[in-house]
Amino acid sequence: MSQSATAVVAHSKETFGFWLYLMTDCLVFATLFATFAVLRSATAGGVTGADIFSLPFVLTETMVLLASSFAVGMAVVAANANKRRPMLRWLAATGLLGAVFLGMELWEFTVLYQEGHIWTKSAFLSSYFGLVGTHGLHILTGLIWLAALMGHALKHDLSNRAKQRILYFSLFWHFLDVIWICIFTVVYLMGVV
Amino acid sequence: MNLLASILGDRMSWDYFWHGWVQFGGQAATIGGALAVVAGLTYFKKWGYIWREWLTSLDAKKIGVMYTVVAVVMLLRGFGDAVMMRLQQMLASGDSKGFLDAEHFQQVFTAHGTIMIFFVAMGLMFGLINLVLPLMLGARDVAFPLLNSISFYLYLAGFVLVNLSLVYGEFGAVGWLAYPPLSELQFSPGPGVDYWLWSIQIAGIGSTLSAINFIVTILRMRCKGMTLMRMPVFAWSIFATMILTLAAFPMLTGSLFMLSLDRMMGMHYFTSELGGNAMMYINLIWAWGHPEVYILVLPAFGIYSEVVATFARKKLFGYTSMVWALMAIALFSYLVWAHHFFTMGAGGNVNAFFGIMTMIIAIPTGVKVFNWLFTLYKGRIRFDAPMWWFVAFVTTFLIGGATGVMLAVPAIDFQVHNSLFLVAHFHNTIIGGVVFGYFAGLTYWFPKIFGFKLHERLGKLAASLWIAGFFMAFIPIYILGFLGATRRLEKFDPSYGWQPLFIASAIGTAVIGLAVATQLVQLGYSIWKRKQLQDKTGDPWNGRTLEWSVPSPAPEYNFARLPVVHSRDAWWHAKQGQANIYEGAYRDFELPKNTGTGVAIGIAATIFGFAAIWHLWWLCVVAVTMVVWVLVRRMMNEDTEVLVTAAQARKLDATRKAAA
Repeated sequence: MSQSATAVVAHSKETFGFWLYLMTDCLVFATLFATFAVLRSATAGGVTGADIFSLPFVLTETMVLLASSFAVGMAVVAANANKRRPMLRWLAATGLLGAVFLGMELWEFTVLYQEGHIWTKSAFLSSYFGLVGTHGLHILTGLIWLAALMGHALKHDLSNRAKQRILYFSLFWHFLDVIWICIFTVVYLMGVV
Repeated sequence: MNLLASILGDRMSWDYFWHGWVQFGGQAATIGGALAVVAGLTYFKKWGYIWREWLTSLDAKKIGVMYTVVAVVMLLRGFGDAVMMRLQQMLASGDSKGFLDAEHFQQVFTAHGTIMIFFVAMGLMFGLINLVLPLMLGARDVAFPLLNSISFYLYLAGFVLVNLSLVYGEFGAVGWLAYPPLSELQFSPGPGVDYWLWSIQIAGIGSTLSAINFIVTILRMRCKGMTLMRMPVFAWSIFATMILTLAAFPMLTGSLFMLSLDRMMGMHYFTSELGGNAMMYINLIWAWGHPEVYILVLPAFGIYSEVVATFARKKLFGYTSMVWALMAIALFSYLVWAHHFFTMGAGGNVNAFFGIMTMIIAIPTGVKVFNWLFTLYKGRIRFDAPMWWFVAFVTTFLIGGATGVMLAVPAIDFQVHNSLFLVAHFHNTIIGGVVFGYFAGLTYWFPKIFGFKLHERLGKLAASLWIAGFFMAFIPIYILGFLGATRRLEKFDPSYGWQPLFIASAIGTAVIGLAVATQLVQLGYSIWKRKQLQDKTGDPWNGRTLEWSVPSPAPEYNFARLPVVHSRDAWWHAKQGQANIYEGAYRDFELPKNTGTGVAIGIAATIFGFAAIWHLWWLCVVAVTMVVWVLVRRMMNEDTEVLVTAAQARKLDATRKAAA
């Protein structure tokens, strides 16, 4: 087997393994979603989703994250075309939009906290903060990963290895986008309707 | 002083060092054991050796050996817990209270269950997979060697935390699945439940990562010609098991995560107030927990399939039905979880569904038993030690399966729910199925890894003592359960007249103790007599699968030339001269370089767990930073593999063959 053929096999193994990892993470979220579904009406006489969610705000958040997902897609396209500079710019856009999303989420949490709607008040609020917060933690992890990838790409030429890593990151980022769409639907839309 | 208080948090206190003399025994044993290892390594100047050859190695076989060693240490500790429980229940009658108070007894049975499932059975399983799976598939390594090492060190971090709870703090007093609301902060305010939570949370993440690794290994690393339906049944059983692990362990992660949020942040997922729903936890934990028991037993089924075919000197009867049975069990194991709590009150229809599903799962299991028996039929059977474990298994497991079908009937379950009958049932299946299976596997593959066999007669003696001790210990437990003895109690009213049965059970436990001692003697004696027991052929049992086609001990690279197979049992056919599995030129290949990355992540995970248990939030941040730093450093490292050229491979092969 030639050197490049070995690389292709390694790549295909890793991509497959990374997909499997995404499935396990998906199941962690499934557990949180199932629990949220059971506990969403367990408000212990306190606030319901309709009382505290602001759909326009969350919709903006969603759009920001979708735009971020688009940006990472463009970064992968640029990487595959061996265009390092454009790739870095798209990655920077991805990170910036991701950070805005995370900032908006923290802002939402802060407002809820200040109004006294905190996670210790009811099972509904616990499961809400638990589910959305776990997604937020994943976004934070992604941002740290992205910073490491960009730091590497700033100093080195684009190797095949680096391109693969960017592909895995983009899979992760799109995955978080899909999870967020579910959160938007199940938590926010169904909570308000 | 204020600074110190803010560093140490609100939870740590000197009181957690002293609980009483019985607990002091545990502390002394743990610290003594750790010190003995450190002193031994220092005295014999083996630190460099152990670091270079073992701790940083990415060779799956060495990782497998490390898993097995840790699991055996835990087996001894878990067995110690069992002995304490049997002694306590034997002694506590009438005025005698025994030597364990209720709280301590509860910690002991919690630790026993947690250790035996997560650190013994899982450890032996991952150990055996690492030892033989790549060899069986004709692969040089697993798909992701570094990830494999990280999985092991996460398991080791869990091991360290479980044992640390003996030294500083306490363990959960809540049973091995820590049902809320008992396991919530309100009723269990101490660090015990947190020790339980974080030790299995960390080890469990390691299991998930291993599942990814082995699934990719099986689907992408098989040698040329090995189609899925030509894989040895052991490999199939691992495939089924790893699919279960992949799909079940994330649910454990999620459930434990929510319970820890309840405990750390005052949330109300599973509390008994403000809308919390404890039954949600119990559903979730069993949606993981039931597949988990099949995760433990399916690899054992795979081991028996290899052992029976080899020692009957026949091909396995009903290969295809074996594969289908494995996959059917894997599927059904997700559809039975509610049989663990028929008494929840879900209603007759729900209970009927789960009861019937539970009975159906006995059918593919029965298929497997009949296939093994038909393989033996008209075989030229050799009764070496692994076969003794198989015979012990078939007889024992059959009874365990039958009592399981009894428990699957909701009406019966209502009578014996939470009684010692249940305890006897699952020990019957787990000892008879899982433990005997792993002992068979370790005996069978030991020469492949170490180059010499385990002493035969001592092995047979151990198997005999185990089976005698098992029945003496657990038949009385079955009877007690029928009489109405509730599980998890440290003391029963003497007017029931149960003490003789508890005494009988304790005597059985002593016989098991003799069996375990025999196994330790067997290991020591075999090492001493390793010259006489040496396996010079690489194929001591006249085996059928690829691992027996390479010299013993198997070289680091497994195969100098990758095999090409044309049938099931390819090595058997090659020995008959029907096909050649090694042909063509030698080729270059790469081996992973040693790395301390796994060790560093394990240390960081241990620190994180410890910090989370004792509410040292700053230390959690330090540990997470450490993980990020280690991973980024690893990412920057481009030099992770060594090349072995074709000429070197040919030379290595020739030296090996000359030595044999």
